[in-house]
Order: sequence, then structure tokens, then C-alpha cells
Amino acid sequence: MSDANETSQAPKKPAGRRKFELDPALAAYKGVWVFIEHERGKVHTVSWELLGEGRKLADKLGVELAGVVLGTPGDMSRSFCAEAFRHGADLCYLMEDELLKDYRNEPFTKGLTDLVNRYQPEILLLGATTQGRDLAGSVATTLQTGLTADCTELAIDPENRSLAATRPTFGGSLLCTIVTLNYRPQMATVRPRVMAMPERDESRSGRIVEHPLGIVEASIITKVLEFIPDNLQDKPQLAFADIIVAGGRGLKKPENFHLIWELAKVLGAEVGATRPLVQDGWVEADRQVGQSGKTVRPKLYIAAGISGAVQHRVGMEASDVIIAINSDPNAPIFDFATYGIVGNAMTILPALTEAFRQHLATAKLAG
Amino acid sequence: MHIVVCIKQVPDSAQIRVHPVTNTIMRQGVPAIVNPYDLYSLEEALRLKDKYGGRVTVLSMGPPQAEAALRKAISFGADDAILVTDRVFAGSDTLATSYALASAIRQIQKDMPVDMVFAGKQTIDGDTAQVGPGIAKRLDMQLLTYVSSIPALDMENREITVERRAEGGVQVLRTKLPCLVTVLEGNNEMRFATMANMFRAARYPLKVWDKDGAGIEDITKTGLKGSPTIVSKVFAPTAKTVKAEIIDTESNQPKDLAVTLLAKMFTQHPQLQREIGKSAN
Ligand SMILES: Cc1cc2nc3c(=O)[nH]c(=O)nc-3n(C[C@H](O)[C@H](O)[C@H](O)COP(=O)(O)OP(=O)(O)OC[C@H]3O[C@@H](n4cnc5c(N)ncnc54)[C@H](O)[C@@H]3O)c2cc1C
Ligand SMILES: Nc1ncnc2c1ncn2[C@@H]1O[C@H](COP(=O)(O)O)[C@@H](O)[C@H]1O
Repeated sequence: MSDANETSQAPKKPAGRRKFELDPALAAYKGVWVFIEHERGKVHTVSWELLGEGRKLADKLGVELAGVVLGTPGDMSRSFCAEAFRHGADLCYLMEDELLKDYRNEPFTKGLTDLVNRYQPEILLLGATTQGRDLAGSVATTLQTGLTADCTELAIDPENRSLAATRPTFGGSLLCTIVTLNYRPQMATVRPRVMAMPERDESRSGRIVEHPLGIVEASIITKVLEFIPDNLQDKPQLAFADIIVAGGRGLKKPENFHLIWELAKVLGAEVGATRPLVQDGWVEADRQVGQSGKTVRPKLYIAAGISGAVQHRVGMEASDVIIAINSDPNAPIFDFATYGIVGNAMTILPALTEAFRQHLATAKLAG
Repeated sequence: MHIVVCIKQVPDSAQIRVHPVTNTIMRQGVPAIVNPYDLYSLEEALRLKDKYGGRVTVLSMGPPQAEAALRKAISFGADDAILVTDRVFAGSDTLATSYALASAIRQIQKDMPVDMVFAGKQTIDGDTAQVGPGIAKRLDMQLLTYVSSIPALDMENREITVERRAEGGVQVLRTKLPCLVTVLEGNNEMRFATMANMFRAARYPLKVWDKDGAGIEDITKTGLKGSPTIVSKVFAPTAKTVKAEIIDTESNQPKDLAVTLLAKMFTQHPQLQREIGKSAN
């Protein structure tokens, strides 16, 4: 994306409707790849979400979808490939080496760059995670190609078959679509939970293409001394919560936030918040929903005292059902919520908590 | 020890407004600030200097006004400041930006070897987190992103140990200098500028480099020409066509509203019944 100095200016070279001739050497680049990110024996779910999205792109282009697995020799790496097939991949590029045990920039950059140069994909997608961003930036620079970060939408331009990657810009108030015309592969990262999880198909399988890493430990300068896993019990798990109750500045005082917790407790829900509340220390940063926080896709999202600013909206609008409680009938959140209650959150929340409690009690009696 | 800290001047995005009709950015009056994430890395660099001695040079590429960001950094305690500014850099994407900055760092190296480069985790305008890794690759430096702390630095053996945020945990890494570090937010806070440093900042003879000063060898790798990514359109998020169904009751008592809402919701979305029962158990 136009970074540095001119981010703010209107595009100088509108590329959308422009005809262009792809360099013949680049036309040989075919196929859509998804980097399968894993750590401590577990694949990051963003990789499956990307396979779901990659499948659509590959079908539109009429090409194959590949997963790329860099890992240690043995069953685990192969099981990652098998899972990739079940999530839509036609084939997997597999690089097995003991040196790929933990993520490190150097061997992973070398491995992925070699694979790209050898098998030439036209599109390469990675998760916008601490690992994916570290790797994507390095690989794109090594390959001297374009990389679009944190995309919220990926499409194929029907005119020139190029990847049209859409992402928020100017602090999220606008969106921009970015293309990489005469460079391959076209690279993009996408944050977890932005794309839907594809249906898993147990019957699917695919072929594996193996390729060696070809370096020795002595040539790798950075060493992993230790990995200290997060204590998951202590951390809110918003990304995969089915129900979220979130509060915003409309709650007025930190003391009122307990109304959110009480409703969440009755529903067995996670608690979320807008950025101002996190900044003011009402709740921990891990509970922030939005552009600079978590992206969530629950079945039910209850937003109380939240205006629905675009930076919050992008993090939660994929929720199946959104209930908004806001005293201002013109609050932007009513433009995209499913149900709205115009009123004071401090009186509506307890009423809602009670209504859900009774509903659950009745449902239990009914068996 | 010599650390180069890359900082960028950015519009304070919290204050950016979009014109409701034309969908253009209204920048008048939007203050320019030092990218907030760069202050975490500058502070971390200054702490290393406090502990191990040496110099901190701040480097920025941008329009002439970016001078203000560099002077700010001097007031916090940076020793030297270099502004890389030239029309050829206009329209640079992250690949072209990292090319120009890496080239400038090579020039800096000619005067004094660089042991470490610090960059912010990301900018709040470009927001890509790509420029840091790009510089590291171009300068063939070890890359350490999302660093939360630097428990050890051994200048004799030129070894550094860092804790790095990974998915699901913290990686403890040891590597050799020179390296490029991007610093995670929230683990330090920028110090206050001292009176003496504020005076120094005001008088400091800023180094301003054009493309030749920055040692740019291949001009086609800079600016719009050197940027593989092209913005093809900028637009406002589309308004959803279906607005929220506003729950209304005759009395508008909270209790009635809540009961009506639940009845409506469970009729129209029966699957939520199961979902809620499941979570609540
Ligand atoms: C670069 C950038 C990144 C950002 N990232 C995020 C992000 O990740 N997440 C995020 O949330 N924000 C983010 N923001 C901030 C965002 O722009 C908004 O400022 C923020 O979401 C607003 O929070 P809010 O809805 O709690 O507060 P407000 O916008 O102040 O809204 C409060 C709402 O409460 C209503 N209200 C008042 N009294 C009551 C009452 N008694 N009962 C019911 N309703 C009441 C008001 O009508 C109003 O609509 C970001 C901003 C920028 C610039
Ligand atoms: N024009 C620039 N001048 C100096 N440093 C920059 C510039 N652009 C980006 N950086 C550095 O690279 C980091 C990441 O930027 P970005 O890739 O835009 O998110 C920033 O936090 C800065 O440290």
C-alpha cells in the first residue's frame, strides 16, 4: 500500500480499469498458496480460514489451491497436510527438517522463498499474526514483490486476473483496494477470524510435493532458548466465543460495567469492550474488540452503550445476530445491528439479564 | 554501541475525519505526531544506551515537516537525527520505503558502525508492520519482531537475548548483532523530555539527506515506480441495507422490551436457543 509520504493522497495511477500486459515470465506463476502456520504442534486456525478464502480465489482463477507446511519430519507435519486437504487444499508443499521445529525467521524465510521460486504461485496468503507478519514482510522483501497487510476482503479482478486486496486505511475510516500488477507472487495477510471457517470435509485428500530445506543449524544465527506458553486460563478467549456481551462508553462509569459481567454470566458469554474502556483501564486489553483489538464472529453479540464506530464495527460485524442497546436512536450501531433497543443501558441490561435467566430456567424445566 | 531508531511522522488518526459526501480525508488541523509505536522502540533504545553507553540516531523518511518528529526524539534524548527527504520518494509503498531507509542506514554506517536498528511494531497510518522486516532483510540483519523485553546484551560477544511475543506464548531468542528489533507496546513508557534536551532539540543542526545523501543507487526502486503495490481505489464502507429492527412496546418498560426482544429473536433465530442453553450450562 502507498505508505511513507503519500498515503494521504488520492491514487496517482488508478489501476482498476487499466489494461496491462503481464510480463510473460510472470504469467508462468500459477496457483494459490496458503502458508500453514503452526506452533507447538497446533495449526493456527487462521490457516484454515485462509484455505476457505483461497479455495474461492483458486476456483475463480481455475487453478489449484495449495497448503505450504514447513515443519519437522514425521507424522505431525503430514497430519497438517491431511488437515489442509480437508479444509480445501488440492495439494501441499511440504518441507521437513529438524531445523523447522520452532518458528525462526531465517530458516522459514529461506524455505518459503525457495518454494516460491521453485514452484511459482501467483498468490501467497499468510495469517496476520506475529509469525505470519514476521515471515510475510521478510519473504516479500527477499522476493521483491508486493504485500498487502491485514486485508478484509480478497477478490480476483475479472479483467486482468490480478488479486484485488481490500484493507482499512486512514485509521479504518476508509477502505482501499490494492493490486500488485507486474510482480509475482501477489502476497497478502489476513487477521484471524476475519474470514469464515470453511466446512471441513473428512473425505477430501490431496497430493504432497516434498522439497528439502537444504541448510544446516550452524548457518542459522538465531537460537530459540525457550518457549513460555501463555496460561490460557488467565486469558479471555474472545476470538472463538459463541456469545459476547460488550460494553462501551455509554455505560458512563466503571462501576456500571458489572452489568455487562452479570449478563455475560447468565449467558455463559465472554465479555468485550470498546477501545476507550480499555484505554481507561476498565477492562484488560485482551477484551478489546475492533480494528486494533480482536476480530470476533460469535453467534450473538450484545453491544451496550457502544456507538458503532467503524473501528469497532470491523471487529464484530460478522456476528450472526447483533443486539444493540443505545440511548441515541441515530447511533451508527443501529445501521448494522439485527435488533435495537433505544434506551438506557443501565436499566435495559438488568432487564435483559432477568429475561434470559427466566428463559433459561423455563427451557431447563421443559427439558 | 550505536542504535538507529526509525521513526515516522503520522497524522493523529484519532482525529482524522472523512468528508461525509466526498469521502475524502479532511486533514486540515489534524496534528502530526510521532508514530506512537515508535516511541516504545525509541524508549527501549534509550534504556540500552543508559545501561551500556553509546549513541542513538533517529532516522525518518518523509516530507520536510517530519523534522518536527525528529526534534521531538532529540528532546527525549536521542543524540543525532537524520531526515531523508526527496520528491523521488513520494508514493513509496513498504518495499520502496525499506529500500530507501536501508540505503540511508548504510550511509550512517560509513560514519559509525550500527549495532542495532529499532523500528516500531507498526505505523498507525500505513499499519503494515512490514517496513521493519524489510530493512532487516536488505541489510542482512537478524530480525527480532514483537520484542517485549531485552533481558541480556553482551557487547563483548555481540550477543543479545530477547523475549518475543509469539502466538500462544513467549519465545526467548538469542542472536548476534547486528540485528533489527521491533518493540511491542505496553512494556515501557516514553520518558519526559528534560529541559536541557529540549533546548538541544531546538538548536540541533538536523541532517537532511536527499536521494544522493541517502546513497540511493537505483532510483527505480524508490517512490511510486519502486512500489509493486498500487492503490486502485479508496472508498467508504458500504452501509448495510437492512437496519436494525427496533424493539418497541407500548409501555417501553425495560422488562417488556427485554421479553419482546427475546421472543422475537428466538422465533427468527431458533438456533440461538440451543446456543445459549449450551453456553449457559
Ligand atoms: C486507529 C484507530 C483504531 C481504533 N481501534 C478501535 C478498536 O479496535 N476498537 C474500538 O472499539 N474502537 C477503536 N477505535 C476507537 C473508535 O473510533 C471509537 O472511538 C470507539 O469505538 C468508541 O467507543 P464507544 O462506542 O464505547 O464510545 P462512544 O463513541 O462515545 O459511544 C458511546 C455511545 O453510548 C451511547 N450512550 C450514552 N449514554 C447511554 C446510556 N445511558 N445507555 C445506552 N447508551 C448510551 C451514546 O449514544 C453513544 O452512541 C479506534 C480508533 C482509531 C483512530
Ligand atoms: N517513512 C518512514 N521513516 C522512518 N521509519 C519508518 C517509515 N515508515 C515506516 N518506518 C518504520 O517502520 C515501522 C513499521 O512501519 P509500517 O510497515 O508502515 O507499519 C514504523 O514503526 C517505523 O519504525
